[in-house]
This record gives sequence, C-alpha cells and structure tokens, in this order.
Amino acid sequence: MNKSNNKIAPAIELRDVYLSYDDKKVLDGVSFTVRKGETKIILGRSGEGKSTIVRLILGLIKPDAGRIFIDGEDITDYSEPELMRVRQKIGMVFQEGALFDSLSVYDNVAYKLHEQGLPEEIVEQEVRKMLRFVELEDAIDKMPNELSGGMRRRVGIARALIGHPQIVLFDEPTAGLDPPTARTICELAIKLRDLENVSSVFVTHEMKNLEYLTSEYAVINEKGEIVFEKEGEKLCLINTQVLILRKGKIIFSGTDEELKKTQDPYIRKFLYGK
Amino acid sequence: MKRFLYELQEITLLTARAFYRLKNKPLYWREIIKQMDTIGVGSLSIIFLTGFFTGAVLVLQSFQILAYYGAQSQVGRMVTFSLFRELGPVLTALMVTGRIGSAIAAELGSMVVSQQIDAMRSLGTDPIRKLVAPRIIALLITLPLLTTAANIFGIIGGGITSRYIFNLDTSIFISSVLDGVTTKNLIVSLVKPLFFGLIIGSISCYKGLSTTGGTVGVGISTTKAVVLTSVAIIITDFFLTRALQNILGIDF
Repeated sequence: MNKSNNKIAPAIELRDVYLSYDDKKVLDGVSFTVRKGETKIILGRSGEGKSTIVRLILGLIKPDAGRIFIDGEDITDYSEPELMRVRQKIGMVFQEGALFDSLSVYDNVAYKLHEQGLPEEIVEQEVRKMLRFVELEDAIDKMPNELSGGMRRRVGIARALIGHPQIVLFDEPTAGLDPPTARTICELAIKLRDLENVSSVFVTHEMKNLEYLTSEYAVINEKGEIVFEKEGEKLCLINTQVLILRKGKIIFSGTDEELKKTQDPYIRKFLYGK
Repeated sequence: MKRFLYELQEITLLTARAFYRLKNKPLYWREIIKQMDTIGVGSLSIIFLTGFFTGAVLVLQSFQILAYYGAQSQVGRMVTFSLFRELGPVLTALMVTGRIGSAIAAELGSMVVSQQIDAMRSLGTDPIRKLVAPRIIALLITLPLLTTAANIFGIIGGGITSRYIFNLDTSIFISSVLDGVTTKNLIVSLVKPLFFGLIIGSISCYKGLSTTGGTVGVGISTTKAVVLTSVAIIITDFFLTRALQNILGIDF
C-alpha cells in the first residue's frame, strides 16, 4: 500500500485515529475517507477536534494510534523530509490566512514556487493566474497588514492553490467574515470541486457554508463565464458529504439530505439551534 | 529538574537538526546574509558603546591601583587581558542576547501563534532549515567579529581615558596593549563567542518555536529566552574559561 499512489485509492483516508493531549481525548477512533473530487464538510462545535483532523492530514501532528493515508500512501510514520514531499500534493487554507507578515501578497502566493526555484517569469504568470482566480490581482503588491480579513483569506486560498494541489484543506476559512465575503470563499471551494476536480476537507461550524456547498454547483455557461446553479432536476450533488464530530467521535456521516432527516437531538440542536 | 532536562534535550536536538539538515538543499544564503546584517551591522552601535565605556571604566577603576604599585604603564595590558579574555566576549554576548535573542524568540513565537510556521510546513518548507539554521550560522559568524570590534572599541576607550584623565603617554599605552595581544588571548576571544553564539541561537530559536498561548505566550517566550540565554552564557563562561586555561596552558 505504501507509496502506491493508485487511481482508485481515496484522496484521504483516516483509519481508527486516536489522539489525546495530556489526559484529554481529542480524537476517539475517527475513520473516514475522502474520494477523489469529493468535498467532505466537517461540522462540529469549537474544540471538538475538527482542526486537529486537518493538521493530522497535513502531517503537522502525529496520531497516538491509527493510520492516515494520502492518495493511498500511508504517511503516519513519515519523517519531516518525507512529509515535505507529500505536502506538495496538498494545499491548506488556514483560519486567519496565516500569511507571512514580512512578504508581499505576490511573495506570499509565490512562496512555494520560489522554494522550488522556478524561473521568475513562470512564477509571476502562475501568481497572477491564482490571484485572478480569487479576484485579487489588484492587491499583488500589497503587504498583508494592508488587507482586510476576507482579502487575507483569499490570498491564503491563492497561496494554497499554487502548484495545483490535488487536495485542499480548509480550516474554518470563513470564521469572522461578513456574509458576502464568506459566500465568496464558499464559491471558490465550489469552483475547485466542480471545475478543477480537487478533493477537499472543509472544516466549519457555520450552517450557511453547509447550505452553499451542498446545494450549489459551478458550471461554465455558453459565454464562458462561471455560474453557480442550485442542485435540482438538472443535477444532484453526490460529491459532497457531511461529517459531524462530537467529543472526538464521528456522530454523523452522510449526505446533507440524510443530515436533515436525522432525529438525533444533538445534531438537530446543532443544525437548527433548538 | 525533569523540565530542565527535557528542555536541554530539545534544545540540543533542535541544534543538531539545524546542522544535520544543512546537508540538504536549498541552503538559504540570502536568509543567512540578511541575519548577519541584522545581527552584525545592526548591533554595531550598541557594541561600540558597550566596548568603549567598558574599556574606559576599566582604566578609571584600575589606573590608581596600578599607580600605587608603580605599574601604571601596564594599564593597556590589563585592559587588553580583561577585554580579550572575559569582558569582550561575555558583554558582547549579553548585549546580543538582549537585542537579537529576544527578537528571534519574539519573531518565531509570533509566527507560531499566527500559524505561519504551520503554513511554512504546509508549503513544503522545513522551518528548521529556513529559520533556525540561518540564525545560528549568522550568530556563529558575527559574534566573534562583534567581540573583536568590542575589544578594539574598549582599547580605544581605555586609551582615551588614560590619556585625557590620567595623562598617560599614548605610546606607553599602545606599547602595553601590544604586550597584551597574545595568540592565546586572541584564541580565547574568538573561541568563546562561537560557543555563546550557539547558545544564543539555539535557546532563542527553541523558545520561539515552542511558544504556546497566543500573544501572552510570545511575551513569556521572549523573557524566558533572554533570561535563560544570559544565565547559560555566564555559567558556560566559567567552564569554558577553565577548559581553555587547561588546553592553552594559560597561567597568567
């Protein structure tokens, strides 16, 4: 299985993962898979272990027990240099953007390509393309402290997408943002899913995000423009699944339709606030 | 004690990893030069002031005692011995700790709490190679140079004090300084900063990278880095002095 990198293997797989900090159980036997081109939305209250899952997938922390597979490759026991290679396939969007303060927007987005030693003309071309994707090409020369919260997240997304990763991890990318900006971030995630066939994990606790991601899809119309349509008679979204965490355990895994039908009082309170 | 041993182990491991990973490309030369500029050129003014007035006060304190024994002509030699063997390396290291050690811990600590270190790792960059190794290398190169500068400024300060306060002839002062500039003294004044540079770099980087608890944590890490590094320098100085005395056969 190691380094198999086969086409039928899921993009991400967690098998019976356990993690504790001191005496506190953070993850308690978590198992799930994310298929290629699929978006897995991880819901849960703060402190339920959602961000920990993302950090485990990226290899930033190691589980106490269980296995983690990326593209069929068991990365659980990988050393830091080995993980560096695996991380080339993954893009990560952090909660607050996590932009490098001392670098401009251009240098932040170009960071990965500069590290790979690519010629500057190719780097600039790619950076501009990514900034156009997040609609921030005008901010190319700005410093992170000149950007609003939403702009920082979008630059973070552009930085995560550079190099065309097959997997993108979103760690609460809309937390603290106004509704239109949050919507823009969700649209970017939808575009990646439907137009770029990227596998992703979208960690959130906001119901609006769930609604956008599970009910809308992106298509290119006859004018060549990207438009968002509601699922319905024309198309039923099967590439987006929901997972709910509680006290480090998965208490729900399925589609949004199944989620809406659930009678679990905790989930209903989480979804509807009562 | 358990905590101390754990931290000692982690600091040693971090330093070892920083050197071990230098064998892999890329080696961040631009970052090393940038750090050398910040540490070396940036610290020159405080090193000038520290060295100059340390040399000056040494003459102020000792000239009359030496004159009592009729040995005032040896004041330059005494200043050189004190500066090259002890005050130059130790004071330079302490000043750099205050200025650079704190900055390293604060910068790396801020990067940890704002997830910039995680972002760096997620983008396939090893923070030890990119951030820790260049800082340690820059300190290893610049601290001996800064110590040498402090020694020279100290001698100048001593010379000016002995000339204008005690009316000692400058040629006598220079002659006694040259008596003090021995190979052994030069070795001591260059070897000690190498160890101190390693201590400043490794402790400050470790404290910065192990920051937890938001902005308050950054403040705590910075304070701890400065205190721990300063104490480590003074303790190491004792053992280093003893070891160099034995190795170089210094008896006077």
